[in-house]
Order: sequence, then C-alpha cells, then structure tokens
Amino acid sequence: MNLSLLVLMPLITAVAVLFCSRLNGIRWVSLAGATVQLLLSFGLLALYWRERAAGNGAAMLFEYRHAWFPSLNIWYHVGVDGISVAMILLTAFVMEAAILVSWKVESMSKEFFVLLLLLSAGGYGFFLSLDLFTLFFFLEVSVIPKFLLIGIWGSGRKEYSAMKLALMLMSGSALVFIGLLGLYYNTGGAGGPHTFDWLAIAQMHLPLEVQREFFPFLFVGFGIFTALFPFHTWVPDGHSSAPTAASMFLAGISMKLGGYGCLRVAVFLMPDAAKEYSPVIILLATIAIVYGAFATMMQKDLKYINAYSSISHCGFILLGIGMLTGTAITGAVIQMISHGLMTALFFATIGMIYDRTHTRLVERLGGLLKIMPFISTVFVIAGLCSLGLPGLSGFVAEITVFMGSWQRTGEMYRLATILACASIVITAVYILRATGQTIMGPVKDLRYNGLTDATWNEQLAGILLGVGIFAIGVAPFWLSELLAPGVSAIMDHAGKAFTVGKAIIIK
Amino acid sequence: MSQVPLSHILIVSTALFFIGMYGLFTRRNMITMLISVELILNSVNINFIAFNKYLYPDRLDGVFFTLFIIAIAAAEAAVAIAIFINLYRNFHSIDVEAADELKF
Amino acid sequence: MPNYAYIALIPLLPLAGFVVLGLFGRRYLQRFSGVIGTAVVFVSTGLALWAAYQYFFGTGSTSLALRSHPFIMLKANWLPFSPHLSIDLSAIIDPISVMMIAVVSLVSLMVHIFSLGYMKGEERFATYYAFLGLFAFSMLGLVLSGNLFETYIFWELVGCSSFLLIGYYYDRPTAVAAAKKAFIVTRFADLGFLIGILILSFQAETLDIRTLVQRLTEPGLQLTSITGASFLGISAVSWGLSLVFIGGAGKSAMFPLHIWLPDAMEGPTPVSALIHAATMVVAGVYLVARLFVLYGADPGVLHIVLYVGAISALLAAVIACTQTDIKRVLAYSTMSQIGYMMFALGSLGYTASMFHLFTHAFFKALLFLCAGVIIHQVHSNEMQRMGGLRKTMPLTHACFLVACLAISGIPPFSGFFSKEEILLAAYRANKLVYFIGLFTSGLTAFYMFRLYFSIFWNKPPEGHPHKILLVESIPLVILALGATFAGFIPFSRLMNPDGAPEVGSVFSSMAIAPVALALLGIGIAAYLYRKESDRPAKLASAARGFYTFAYHKFYIDEVYLFVTKKIIFNLIGRPAAWIDRNIVDGLMNLIATVTARISAGIKGFQSGKVQDYVLYFFAGIAGLAVLFIYIYT
Repeated sequence: MNLSLLVLMPLITAVAVLFCSRLNGIRWVSLAGATVQLLLSFGLLALYWRERAAGNGAAMLFEYRHAWFPSLNIWYHVGVDGISVAMILLTAFVMEAAILVSWKVESMSKEFFVLLLLLSAGGYGFFLSLDLFTLFFFLEVSVIPKFLLIGIWGSGRKEYSAMKLALMLMSGSALVFIGLLGLYYNTGGAGGPHTFDWLAIAQMHLPLEVQREFFPFLFVGFGIFTALFPFHTWVPDGHSSAPTAASMFLAGISMKLGGYGCLRVAVFLMPDAAKEYSPVIILLATIAIVYGAFATMMQKDLKYINAYSSISHCGFILLGIGMLTGTAITGAVIQMISHGLMTALFFATIGMIYDRTHTRLVERLGGLLKIMPFISTVFVIAGLCSLGLPGLSGFVAEITVFMGSWQRTGEMYRLATILACASIVITAVYILRATGQTIMGPVKDLRYNGLTDATWNEQLAGILLGVGIFAIGVAPFWLSELLAPGVSAIMDHAGKAFTVGKAIIIK
Repeated sequence: MSQVPLSHILIVSTALFFIGMYGLFTRRNMITMLISVELILNSVNINFIAFNKYLYPDRLDGVFFTLFIIAIAAAEAAVAIAIFINLYRNFHSIDVEAADELKF
Repeated sequence: MPNYAYIALIPLLPLAGFVVLGLFGRRYLQRFSGVIGTAVVFVSTGLALWAAYQYFFGTGSTSLALRSHPFIMLKANWLPFSPHLSIDLSAIIDPISVMMIAVVSLVSLMVHIFSLGYMKGEERFATYYAFLGLFAFSMLGLVLSGNLFETYIFWELVGCSSFLLIGYYYDRPTAVAAAKKAFIVTRFADLGFLIGILILSFQAETLDIRTLVQRLTEPGLQLTSITGASFLGISAVSWGLSLVFIGGAGKSAMFPLHIWLPDAMEGPTPVSALIHAATMVVAGVYLVARLFVLYGADPGVLHIVLYVGAISALLAAVIACTQTDIKRVLAYSTMSQIGYMMFALGSLGYTASMFHLFTHAFFKALLFLCAGVIIHQVHSNEMQRMGGLRKTMPLTHACFLVACLAISGIPPFSGFFSKEEILLAAYRANKLVYFIGLFTSGLTAFYMFRLYFSIFWNKPPEGHPHKILLVESIPLVILALGATFAGFIPFSRLMNPDGAPEVGSVFSSMAIAPVALALLGIGIAAYLYRKESDRPAKLASAARGFYTFAYHKFYIDEVYLFVTKKIIFNLIGRPAAWIDRNIVDGLMNLIATVTARISAGIKGFQSGKVQDYVLYFFAGIAGLAVLFIYIYT
C-alpha cells in the first residue's frame, strides 16, 4: 500500500474544496474526503494485520523512500508499524467527526475546511515519517493552520490564545530542531555521511554525552506539545478559544504528536539518556496529573474544564513513557488513542451545547438531560470515559499505565504511581460536578426549553467517536496486540538500559 | 620660499571636514546640510591635492580624483535640490526634522 | 463433572436487556420494557437456581468434591499486561459465588416484578429497566469474577449503575447530590482497592484469584512477615489486604465511609431494596470472603476487619434509633447488619457471615419493598405522618412484621439462626466484640419495632383500604417466605472456607441471651410507641445532648464537608488554579511582556531622522576604525 496516499488524500480534498463555491459543495467534498481517508485507514489496518499474520516480522511495513535533498542526505521516508497504524486510525476518526461537527460553519467556510484538512495532512504525515526531517516538516505544517483557525474562527480571547499557542508550539519545535540537528551531526561515525534516517540512527549507538546533551531538547520540545509541566499553559486558552473542530483536533491529535515524538524519537533513539532523565520526567508528569486535576476542579467554563483535564490526562502519557517499562509504555500509547477519542467527543459535545445555549458557564446550564437527551447521554459517556469507568477506553489506558508503573520498584516511583492513582478520585469529583450541574438538575433557564437535540451530523460524529471508545473499552485485546510489536521493539532496542528491576522472585 | 608643511594643509582639511560633519549633524535646514556636505567633499579634495603635490609630485592621480569629486558633487547637489523640492511639496518645510515618517 | 457453561448466560442476559432497552426502549418499546426486563431476569434466575441446585444438592459425592475445590470456568484473555500478568474474563464456581448468583438474581427478579406496579406511569420507565439490567449484569459479573481486576471492573460498573439509579429522578437537586456523593465516596474507597490490587498482583505475579491466594499463602513464604517486602514495618501483603479492605468498606458503607448510604435513599424505593440493601452493599463483605484465606492468614488486618465491622454495627444502630425517615432507618439498619457480616468475617466466622448475608437479603429487601408500598400510600417518608396502617394494609403489615421479627433474631425466623452463628463466632474470637454484637442486637430489635409500631399502630386506624397490586404483592409474599424459612437451610454443611462440611449445633445455650435482649427491645418499643404518647419525647429530652448528637448522625457528614470544602477546595484546588493562571501562565506572559518592552525600547533607533542615521554611521565607522587599529598594531 502506498502510504503517501494517506498524506495526499487530505491535500487533494483541500484543493478540491478550493474549487467549490457554494457552502454545500464545500461541506460535502470535505466530508467525502475525510470518509475516504477513514476507509483508507481501515484498509491500512487490514493490510497491516494481513502482513503480520503472514509472518512479516519487519520493524516497519510498507516502507517507501525517495531522495529529497540528496546533498544533505535528507530523504522522504515513510513506513508504519502497529503504533503508527493506531495513531493514523485515531486521526481519521477525529477528523471525520470534526468535519461533521463543523457543518454549520458559515463564515469563510472554504478557508476553514481547507485549513482543517491541511492540519490533518500534517498529522498523517507525522505519524508516517521515518526520516526525522520529514517528521519535522510535517510537524511544522500542522502549526500554522492552528494559528489561523483559532485567531479567525475562535471565540473569547482568540487573538491572544492563537498567538500564545503558536509561539509556544513554535518554540517547542525550535527545541526539537536543535535536538534533531544534534542527532544529525553526531551520526555518520568516522567520515560517513550524516543522516536523518530514523531506522539508521536506531542501529547506531550514540555516545552517552551526546545523548545527555540532546535528549532534553528533544523531550522538552516534544513535551511542550503534550502539555509538559510547566510549559502547558497554552492548552487552557488555546483549546477554549478555538472553534469546536479545531479544539477536537488540537486536543485529540496535536497533543499526541508530542507524545509520539517523545516516545519514538527521544526515548527510542536515546535510551540511556532516557533512563537518566526519567526521574525528572516522572516528577513533571505526576505534577501535571495531580496539579492539573486540582486546577480543573476550580474551573467554571466547560471548555476550560476539558482543557485542564486534558493536561491531567496527557500527564498519564508522559508518566507511562517516563516509567520505561513495557507495560507502562503500552499504556501511554493506549492513553494517547483513548484520550484522543474521548476529548474529541467531549469538545464536540460542548460545542453542540454552546451552539444552542450560547454559554459555556457551568452555573448557567442545568437540566439539559430533559431537553437534549442525545447530547446529554454523549456528554455523560465522555465524562465516564474521562473518569476511567470500565467498559470505556479510558479505564484500559489508565490501568495499563498503573500496572506498568507499579512494575518499577523504588519508593519514588511507587509514590508517583500512587499519586497518579489518586487522581482518579479528583477526576471523578470534577466530572461529576460538571455533569451534575449541567446535565442533571432542574432546568436552569426557561429559554432552554425550546432547544433542539442533535442533528444528523452531530449524532453521527458522536456515534463514531463513541464506537471507537467502546471498541477499545470492551475489547482491548485487539489494540494491545496491535501495539505489542512496536513497544517490544523499543524495549529490545533499549536492552539493558531499561531493566528497572523486580524485587520479589516467587519460586 | 619654503613650502607650507604638509601637516598645516592637513589640519586645515581636517578642520574643514569636522566643521562639515558638525554642520551635517546639527543643522536643520536642508540647504545648509547640503552646504555642509559640500564642505566635507571639498576637504577631501584638499586632502587629495595636498597628498598629490607633496607625496607624489610626478603623478596626477590625486588631481583626477579631485576633478571627479567636483563633478560628482555638482551632480549630487542637483539631485539633492530636486529631493528637497519634493520634500517641501510634501511636508511644506525644509526642516529635516519634519521628514521623519520612515520610522517605527 | 457437570457442565456449568450456561452460568455465563446468567450475567449476559441482563446485559442484553440493558443494551436493547437502552438503545430502543424509549422510542419503541416503552410499554413492554418492564416485561422484557423482567423476562430476561426471570430466565437468569431460573438458570441460577438450577445451578445452585446442581451444585449444592447435586448427584452424590461429586458435589462434595466440587465444593472443596473451586474451579475456574471459561477464561478469556481480555487485556494482557505482560506474558504472565493479564486481565482475563473468567468465572469462578465455588460455594459463595453460586450462592450469590442465586440470591442476587432472585432478589433482582423480585424487584423487577415489584417495579412493574410501583414504577408504572413513570416517564422514563424503559430507562429504569435498562439501568436495572445494567446493575444485574454488573453484580452477577462481580460475584462470578475469577480475576482480581475483573472484580474491580464489575465493582466500578456496579458503582456506575448505582449512580445512575440514585440519580434517576435527576431533576431533583438532592437526588443529584446524593448520586454524586455515593460515587465519589465509593471512588475514594476504590482507590484503595486499586492500589491493593497493584500491590497484591506485584507480589504474587498474577491476577488470577485462585493462583494469587495459593502463591501468597504458601507455607514458609516470607511475604506476610516483616522480613519480606515491607514498608514502614508492615509487610507488603498486609498493606495490600488493608487497602483492598478499604475498597470493600467503602462499597459496604462501613464506618467511616458510610456517609453515602443514607443519602442514597433518594433513589426509587425498589432500587434501594435491590442495590442498597441486598446486593451491592454486601459486595465488600463478598470481597473479603473471596480472599478469606489471605485475610485469615494475616491477624493484623483481620483485627481491622473485626473492629471496623463492630463499630459500624453499633454506630449505625444508635443512629437508627433517632431517625424519623423510614428509608433512613432502614439504611442505617442495613449498615448495622453489614457490620455484623463484617465482624463475623473478622472473627473467622466465614459460614456465619455468608449465612447472614443470605438471610439478610430476604428480610431487608422485604422491608424496603413494604416501605415502598407504605410510602406510596401515605405520600411521605416521615414516620410521624404514618400510623394505624395495620387495618388498611393487611398484607404489607404481615410481611413487615415477619421481616422485623427476622431481623430482630426471634426464632424460628431466619435472622435468628444467622445472628446466632455470628455471635457464636464472635464469642470465640473476641469477647468485647461479642458484647457489642449482643447489645446491638437488642438495639436492632428496639429500633425496628419502633418503626413497626409507629407505622402500623400508634394512631387510630384511618383512611381507606389500600389496594395493593398483584405484581407488588407477589414479591412481598415470596420474600416473606424466604425470611421465614431460609434459616433452615444447613449452611454449615454447604459452605466452608476449606470446603469441608461442618456440623454446627442449632440450639446452644448461647442463643438465649440475644433472644432475651431482643424481646426486651421489642417490649420497650411497644411501651413507647404502641400508643400515641409523649413518652418518646420525654425520653429524648432526658438524654438531650447525646440524642441530638445521634440524631445528627454524630456530625460525621459535617466533618467531611468541612474537609472537602474548606481544606481540599480552598487550600489545594483554588491555589492550584490560581498558581496556574497567575504564576505559570504569568511567566509566559512575562516573557512576552519583556520581549515587547525590549522591542519598544529598541525601536527608538528607527527615528526616521536622517541626522540620527548619519550619527550611527559615524559611530560605526569610528568603532570599526578603532577596532582595526587595535587589531593591526
């Protein structure tokens, strides 16, 4: 399967949208493009499974290379493994739902959809790249459309939020680039050419000083995307001011670009440095989880609640990566996918509520279950997923991270795990407060009585994301099987660096 | 009669140069600034002729430079006056502080 | 070995009911949803009772051998963590699991049938039955789980169904608050359960319950001793067990995690009967029983179980004596009885505890369902509004009396047998707890008959006769029969921690004291409440301080509110949000402001004035000249 098709599809759709002039044409062409992309992703999953079942044990499948800047040894190199396939599937789901939810965007809708599609092209390309330069290229492609989407179609302090988001993400990518250059110039050994190729660098063993020097750049740079404390402050304003589809993409996919980068680039290529820096990573991740959860409790605006809760949940991703055990890393990847779906669903629901009631303040809403049962039920499902109810994907991700983190003996790590576990109580508090006040209870404002429930496109978006959440929640074995080879590749490559010890030996 | 020492001439030209610079920095009238620039150019001329006569008497390079500078100074004065006329038309003043729109 | 594979259907049928009613109930099946829900649970109950019959009374010696070796049936790998550690969906067949599926499905069926009449006319009738189906699935799954994490999964699902059902009348703020409180308090306890699972699974390297128990109780193993893995002087396994017990204590409303149970009475009364009396609240007891071999091997943790149970039993009984809302009295009574079950386990009285669980399910569910009928008749929960109802509701009166006699431990009703066994076990283990149990049984009789007399006597009979629906009366009668005759089932022969049958004596001299105390309690209650008088008021004012203290439930709720609102919200939550907004974000804004200020400062260089530029020229050239002179000399 030609993977570049996955990158080209959104671009072709964007070009096609440019040629449409009426609102209907724009919307339906975008939706068609996203649906084709979703089908392609499923096709990729099926082909991937078939390849693996046929015994193909290569690290990366469906590779494709093309020289880009031969003089600098920069290639356009793409390929997938289980983790990438899962992330691409996630992106396709979220994009389809995002386009469905944006059905009513009427001001400058052509530009809106084009930017959204460009954003997604960046996402797909990022997850496919096997050359670090290509990876960086696609990372950058996805930053500018975010700035425009928030600044033009957003609400609230949109210019400020857009500027803050763009500047912080760009400083993140600047740090990443320094790290990448460090890697580039330290490869190639005695007189050989420098290379950006991920697979090639994986074969080399980088000296410890080089790793120590450049690991912080890469990890912090990617970490800024995943709301690494203390660089997470772009998340609340950015997500809250953004239009619904942009929030869904931002929280659902963009934050995972960082996690994916941390795992595949920083930790995979520099395992010794990862081991050395892991206490710091774990500390920052635990702070994000607990402090993020407490900050969420005090928020009054639904979107801010969801944004701060995203900081807390993405802390799990970083905690899982920081713990450096196979189970914890698997948990981190599952959390990337689960949180992506869940937060996209949550933002979609909040957007639907906002479109109808024109307020996001919890104290002004109430009794929505009676008026909009479908939207309220979806809200409750998203909330239950956020607090980790079994049967939904959030539970699977969280317990995998917990079990994996507990494997790492040592008082500090156990304390971090216990604090992370404690966050499930705090999450329950703020989710139930928000649900109890907005969804349940008596109807707050009599004007709400005439509001309509979800339209066909909103229902479809909710069902799509809900199916994803339930699929992982009820039958997680297919996902953990999908991710297992990729994670064991990381663990094998790290080899001795990641033996984190086991105290008890029974029989 | 003994020649005037070279240093005397150089002092004169230096003095002229710095007077010209002072005028360029300080005067507000554009025409006066132009006159100062001419002073600077002329001081350079004096320098060239002096060096030519005292150090390389059998060559004419310095004289040629001087002639070039005189011609160019005249052309430049013409262009400068043209610019001043345009500026006057826009700002209604030949005060150089008035023409400060190309700023932050 | 007989094939028990059909047991998998028992939880799955209600799940199917939930899915069907949840998706299609509101629009298409509204009127039939009750019948569908009840039919599904009826089939489950039938299968469960058949399984129980097969297991306990089945053919010959195989059943005896079966009972001493619990076996795992049906294992499906659900979420692998590592090659030897995974969550499997497995079902364990042993005496308590079979007993529990029988009890849970039977009481569930009774509640389903009862609700056909009780909840008729409700707007969200289908949703109610859908949630009941979800609950049945979760509870049945919980008791059948053979994997510790699987138990946790169903544990959480049970909590979620409880939340949905307590908040069923969602437009009432009190119901919403009660649902939230129940969920959050049990979640806090579940945190302990989760960490306990992490510890135990790490130590035993497995999540499968049978293997876990086997590995952790191997003779000669250093794990439970301090010389093994330990933290703060207590062994890791003890920590694990204590934390798991915290989880159980939360779900079973043990002190001090009991505050959610009285508020949970905001839900519909059949829900209270099912969830908060007979089934969900005993989940904690069930958990301790499931891991009983481990608890039995660790005396320290066993003491915790013992005392928490005893304190809860006594505390709840005292509070119940002062409450005036009928459902709250029953809620505290439930807490007290579960305390009995808990301290029975703490006294190593495994059989006694399970026996009491069994009998309690019958008479407590009966009490709640009768309460539902009464509340519908009187349109109020308050005892003061009731009185003299014995002529207007004869069937309810008879059933309620049977249940009260059973809970007070009067022979030959079932409660007598189970309570007697518990007190026997307590006597053998810890005399103090025995006396607490004895005193509490007296209190139990008192407050239950206080309730009985206030409802059915006290005032002259009034009002028109109440027409009870057939669907409401059938469950009452069946449960009353159970409350009367369940005591005769020979539990000690059927159920023991190691499977060996024990022949217990039925009437020992130990039985006299509790019965006497119970009769005394009934007598005092009759004296105070049989006729309308001011004797209770005088008694209350005589013990005014203590009475007020007990009436306000010892102010425990207020303590919790103080800790959460003043300390957690104000001292942790608010500063966290403030720091994030002003300090962390402020730092980013500071960087931006500093950059802007520097820029504003520098931009003055672009003044637009030619003369300034010439000056900069000159300065640059002078500087370069100086530089060159210095470099080249």
